[in-house]
Amino acid sequence: MITREVVIKTDKLTKKFGDFIATNEISFEVYSGEIFGFLGANGAGKTTAIRMLCGLLTPTSGHATVAGFDIYKQTEKVKSNIGYMSQKFSLYEDLTPRENIKFYGGIYGLTDKEIKGKSDSLIHQLGLEMQADKLVGSLPLGWKQKLAFSVAIIHDPKIVFLDEPTGGVDPVTRRQFWDLIYDASEKGITSFVTTHYMDEAEYCNRISMMVDGVMKECDTPSILKEKYHTDSMDEVFFELARGAKRTAD
Amino acid sequence: MRTLRFLLQKEFRQIFRNTTILRMIIMVPIIQLLILPLAADYEIKNINVAIVDHDHSGMVQQLIGKISSSGYFHIADYNSSYDKTFTKFENDKADLILEIPQHFERNLVREDKQELFLAVNAINGIKATVGSSYLAGVIRDFNADLRLRYYPSLATANNPVIDVAPVNWYNPFLNYRFFMVPGILVVLVTMVGSYMCALNIVKEKEAGTIEQINVTPIKKFQFILGKLIPFWLIGIFVFSLGLWVIARFVYGIIPVGSILLLYSFLAVYLIALLGIGLLISTYSTTQQQAMSLAFFMVMIFMLMSGLFTPIDSMPGWAKWIAHASPVTYFIDVIRMVTLKGSGLTDIKNHFLIMGGFAVFFNGWAVLNYRKTS
Amino acid sequence: MKQFLSFLRKEFHHVFRDRKTLLLLFGMPIIQIVLFGFALTNEIKNSKIVVCDYSKDDITQRITEKIAASKNFEIKQSVLGHKEIEQAFKSGDIKLAVIFPSAFQTDLEAGRRVQVQIIADASDPNTATTLTSYATNILRDFQQDMQPLQHAPMNISTTARMIYNPDLKGATNFVPGVMALVLMLICVLMTSASIVREKENGTMEVLLVSPMNPLLVIISKAIPYLLLSLVNLIIILLLSVYLLGLPVKGNVFLLFGESTLLIITALSLGLLISNSTSSQQTAMMISIMGLLLPTVMFTGFMFPLENMPKPLQIISNLVPSKWYYTIVKNIMIKGLGFSHVWKETLILAGMTVFLLLVSLQKFKIRLS
Repeated sequence: MITREVVIKTDKLTKKFGDFIATNEISFEVYSGEIFGFLGANGAGKTTAIRMLCGLLTPTSGHATVAGFDIYKQTEKVKSNIGYMSQKFSLYEDLTPRENIKFYGGIYGLTDKEIKGKSDSLIHQLGLEMQADKLVGSLPLGWKQKLAFSVAIIHDPKIVFLDEPTGGVDPVTRRQFWDLIYDASEKGITSFVTTHYMDEAEYCNRISMMVDGVMKECDTPSILKEKYHTDSMDEVFFELARGAKRTAD
Repeated sequence: MRTLRFLLQKEFRQIFRNTTILRMIIMVPIIQLLILPLAADYEIKNINVAIVDHDHSGMVQQLIGKISSSGYFHIADYNSSYDKTFTKFENDKADLILEIPQHFERNLVREDKQELFLAVNAINGIKATVGSSYLAGVIRDFNADLRLRYYPSLATANNPVIDVAPVNWYNPFLNYRFFMVPGILVVLVTMVGSYMCALNIVKEKEAGTIEQINVTPIKKFQFILGKLIPFWLIGIFVFSLGLWVIARFVYGIIPVGSILLLYSFLAVYLIALLGIGLLISTYSTTQQQAMSLAFFMVMIFMLMSGLFTPIDSMPGWAKWIAHASPVTYFIDVIRMVTLKGSGLTDIKNHFLIMGGFAVFFNGWAVLNYRKTS
Repeated sequence: MKQFLSFLRKEFHHVFRDRKTLLLLFGMPIIQIVLFGFALTNEIKNSKIVVCDYSKDDITQRITEKIAASKNFEIKQSVLGHKEIEQAFKSGDIKLAVIFPSAFQTDLEAGRRVQVQIIADASDPNTATTLTSYATNILRDFQQDMQPLQHAPMNISTTARMIYNPDLKGATNFVPGVMALVLMLICVLMTSASIVREKENGTMEVLLVSPMNPLLVIISKAIPYLLLSLVNLIIILLLSVYLLGLPVKGNVFLLFGESTLLIITALSLGLLISNSTSSQQTAMMISIMGLLLPTVMFTGFMFPLENMPKPLQIISNLVPSKWYYTIVKNIMIKGLGFSHVWKETLILAGMTVFLLLVSLQKFKIRLS
């Protein structure tokens, strides 16, 4: 379902914290329905970039549009058209899955009927029938994260930003999680994913590599592998990250 | 406004789900309101007097009888050595020491003049002044009785007299509870509102959910309103519980003035107070910070509010601080309306100032709460 | 021992990394001791009153001047009728009204009894009685001055000597109380969040599986706060003596030692709260909602404990700051030695041991 329609476009997007340049003039485009992998070592500037695109952080310089809206002037418009799931788990632990769905659905302006339908289908899809009325805090991490993803796209956004969504989860659950991302992509939702797992990088349509705040590469996994004469993304990553000066935080 | 509905629903769910906190914000005020006003009594009574008697005469016995029957004093010690009696001062067993010189009775009759020595434990200045002046009064009366007995002719002397007719308005039986209960109720409502509110946003910060909220198209004022309204209602609930259940049935306090006026002021007060809570919340990054800051504010607000000590007696700069706290105004208003029946025109200024506080603190909090950093 | 030290280092990092809280912990006691030391007094002065003079003659004029000269009163304005007086009471403008009837001087000079009415706003009974008696004293003095000097037989005079606080300063009574209040509440608040925070963050597990003695785990939590509080204590003592002018008549080291004891008692109470709760919110709500007002009222500096009903006097014994307040007064103001405070010291020490033991018990229950 990838089209040539550009949903994210950045032009020399830069963020400085004092003397520290978190992201340095990064420019790229992401197409509708694409699964765009955003890779880099810890501290390479991935989270900063995501936070700017989501309207949580104001850039120092450069331009960017998300879903066709300017991230300086139209942050609220941007926010209606994106979903976001951070590395820190972000549902309310003292509410049940159903209540979380209802809350976020309501905030994104879904009608009561839509919320009802969504929450039934979501709970069914995730196999959460038994847990639907237990507190989220008591669910295993894998389920919480699948639920968080489903809640993040409850309003059918154009783009969903996923900041290390699968950290700390077992391989089976990670696989299930990626199935959810594919499903979303089928529906035309663009996924913008950061990850540490190189096997996950292979699942992406295109990936970009950040090194010390600079975007080094941006292409499909197979082209990158070819370019670096290797058959694993791990090698590509090592090759690029070797030159990094910043140490992990 | 649909968004607000969902926000409120969520806030209420979270509040009602945390039963420990819920029980606490209802039980703590009730228990404290039941107990603490009984402890708040400034009246100087039960003053302990130690007598050092070097005379051992009948007149001294009459004086002691007069002192102990006056109702204010309790004879803590009777001794003939000042040094021994002084230990009663050191361990707080005596507030006053009355020393009667040798040959007091004999010399009084012979020389028409005798002096008694009074030592006062003056650490608590007020208690010292009031206690010693009560005792001086008893001695004066005793003196007058003596004269009357020895020189009955003097009684008929005709002097012009200024009588003093004291009247106590609004609380003729000088019931301290009437004064303290409304004030303590204000402090309790203040604690519930400000602590809960200050912790609330910080909790979302610590849990990371605020991030999720910030990427949604929620408007700032909707989010703030969603936080304010539940605590506003809780504040009104706790206040009503205190006013209608405890103040009325336990202490028999029935507001003289308009209930509507009182609640209108409460409504504005809570908005101002919660604004402060929100402000603290927006500045803090951890619950401990928020709580320490809230505690710091509440403690200053409470002790400077005129609840326990009079504002009029504070130095000028401290008065200024006292008048920068919303608690001061609400304590003033609740006492005026419940005890004196003051009306809207009487508390007009209080209302305006409180409205100013509400706008100021909430405006600041909204400005300071940023969805984008 | 090495384990213990590394634990301790971790706790210090926690405490000193959070600069905002650190600033508050140091700022709070300083501001509070200065503010309350100067502002809190149970004296009643500068009270606004009105004089309502229906006679307007020389004598009423002279009495009014005498009232105006008193530091206790501030004459707001002269109003005419009862209606205005009631209005002034209701709007809270005045606390007392003195009313002279018409023909005051004429009646007085004719040898008739005259009556001055004093109306007090008794919604505040304390202020009302105090002001009434001040005003009555002024009238009585005036009357005495008016009377021709005559020799009265059998004169008993009383000479009063104010011991410990000859200037009758409010600070002498309030500052030790504020010291007790501030030290105790801040220490409890700080530690109450400490253990429960580890529970919330999930780092508690790590502590539980470590081979450390549980008692040492608990103690290492309290030590950074103990050091912080000792620094605070020094600041508080310096402010009390040099800024608020309180004497230290007794032994400074004894005072310091006793204060350290109170700090340890309060820290133990905080640890107990932290051990018994499951969230920071609950712990902090208990430590400040539950403790603030009772500590203010039962320490004994605000309201005399001996005035309270017996059951409340018994309750007040449970408040550590009450004992500390007595100790501070005895050492600083009365200049007494350890022989006069050993009982209070023993009680505080007993409380500390008890609180620590219960904490440990609660902590162990979690282990099993």
